[in-house]
Amino acid sequence: MKENPLRSKRAEAAVTLPSFVWLALFFAVPAFIVLAFTFHGHTANGGVGEWSLSTWRELVDPDYPAIVWNTLRISFEVTLWCIILALPCAYAIARMNKRWRAIVAGSIMLPFWTSFVVRVFAWKTMLHPDGWLQTCYFSWLKVSDWLFDWLPGFMQRFLVWAGFASNAPLDAASSTILDSEAAVVLVSVYSFLPFAIMPIYTAAEKFDFSLLEAARDLGAKGFYAFRKIFVPGIRQGIVSAVLMVFIPAIGSYVIPQMLGGTNCVLIGNKIFMRAMQNRNIPHASALATLMAVSVLVPLGMAMYWKKRQNARTSRRLERETARMIVGRGGEA
Amino acid sequence: MKKSYFSSITLALVLAFLYVPILLVVAYGFVPNGVSMSYFDANGAFTGFTGKWYAQIFTGHYSVKSLMQSFWLSLTIAGLATLVSCVLGTTSALALHRWKDRLQSIHYALVYTPLIMPDILIGISLLMLFVAANVECGFWTILIAHVTFCVSYVAMTVLARLQDFDDRIVEAAYDLGAGPWYTFFHVELPILLPGIIAGGLLAFTLSIDDVVITSFVNGAGTNTFPTYVSSMTKHSRNLPSVFALSTLMLVFTCILAGLSKFISRKQPQKTKGK
Repeated sequence: MKENPLRSKRAEAAVTLPSFVWLALFFAVPAFIVLAFTFHGHTANGGVGEWSLSTWRELVDPDYPAIVWNTLRISFEVTLWCIILALPCAYAIARMNKRWRAIVAGSIMLPFWTSFVVRVFAWKTMLHPDGWLQTCYFSWLKVSDWLFDWLPGFMQRFLVWAGFASNAPLDAASSTILDSEAAVVLVSVYSFLPFAIMPIYTAAEKFDFSLLEAARDLGAKGFYAFRKIFVPGIRQGIVSAVLMVFIPAIGSYVIPQMLGGTNCVLIGNKIFMRAMQNRNIPHASALATLMAVSVLVPLGMAMYWKKRQNARTSRRLERETARMIVGRGGEA
Repeated sequence: MKKSYFSSITLALVLAFLYVPILLVVAYGFVPNGVSMSYFDANGAFTGFTGKWYAQIFTGHYSVKSLMQSFWLSLTIAGLATLVSCVLGTTSALALHRWKDRLQSIHYALVYTPLIMPDILIGISLLMLFVAANVECGFWTILIAHVTFCVSYVAMTVLARLQDFDDRIVEAAYDLGAGPWYTFFHVELPILLPGIIAGGLLAFTLSIDDVVITSFVNGAGTNTFPTYVSSMTKHSRNLPSVFALSTLMLVFTCILAGLSKFISRKQPQKTKGK
């Protein structure tokens, strides 16, 4: 065993080096360059200026905080819808027999064999102002407007303040679904839903459904048993699903770019705009740093929460998340 | 045991939701009027189907020239990125599996982090690197970027395959006098091949589908299929050609997937066990 060349340091270096150097050079080093650029000013001709804190000071001033908040809010909305839809779906698939389970789980991932951009383009064509989805959207606006009037005043003010609702009166000409936030949420849910269903389904598959029967025997019925027995039993899967949707939603760029128009500009679009159109490299870097933080915070929180609960399940979550990420096909 | 109608109905609706855009992609490939993208003319009369967009693709019509160019570029980059990332990903997985020291924990972090980072951050940071190094963006920067995000996926897939790999086989090969290269090509590679192929397929799909990272590092005038499509406007002339080409790709991948399923189902009977 001692002279086994596979255990030698030289062999280790030789096998590790290619990928290590590649990823260090093209992943780690660029990350530090981004961080370094945030502490530079920018020059008028699109270059990077002297060392200074001006970039960070400028971030507070213009509309950046609003954009960061909008991105977080929309990602939250998308995640919520995905989980609400994924829970009953995962439950239904897990209750099927083995043959059907494989077929349905496969057919949930099948749409991902078409190009992501082409699918978003199909949505764009579908959301045309003369289309039936526009009619649905306007009716929905009217209903929600009516519901909004029923809410108590402080809630109305809170929803308007947080950006979930608006005080402006409805008018058909300006309420097109294309180039609206609703389109971005709808298509984001469409794109990320399978990544919410799969981890929840994986957890539900291992769930012991006789527990639900026992609960029913003891008098817990329908939704109560679902909420009190099923949901806690698959918590692991729900946490993975939230991460699988929330993180790509934060980094979302193509969907708001193609469907949000000027009404839904998220951090991703702003980064692209600053980097490619205005040539303000330090600002783009600072926004990218903000995005990295908003991704790492929920991830760190999930990890910490799991670690405190149980070190072993934490590793399983990590592994499972890795597996789910590896199993995905679309945009991150 | 009572079935839950609520969850079954939700599942049916969700499946419909997921498939409607796919059906539209297929349907838009046969639409006669490429500007209005509608099967009905101004009077509301049905206009029928057309195969002219498919004909344009197959005959290499001048109007689809840039579309086809971007498509072939996508295939080239995806192919090359798959090759390079398979090599790097496999060595990476071997190293991560065999050694468990400090170097490998840094290595693991390097491999794992790109998986959880949004694409746009990888794109912008690579752009910053190319800006800092004063590199002209184009074919090679796209290829570097694609390899960078594909390596992690290949490494993770091969690593999963290595989980149920019997390390004693390698030791046995050594005891019998085989050198490291011989052992790799005659013992490890054949066992790992299904994992490498799975990782490679994943890398290929991700690379051919990537728009975010590419749009940062492609430079002026170099378009892959996804960036070409995303830069099209709604009133572009050859919109139906894009949908026709996507339909062809969908059919092709379905056949490929069916074939691979068929082959992998056949195999266990032939080789018996494993």
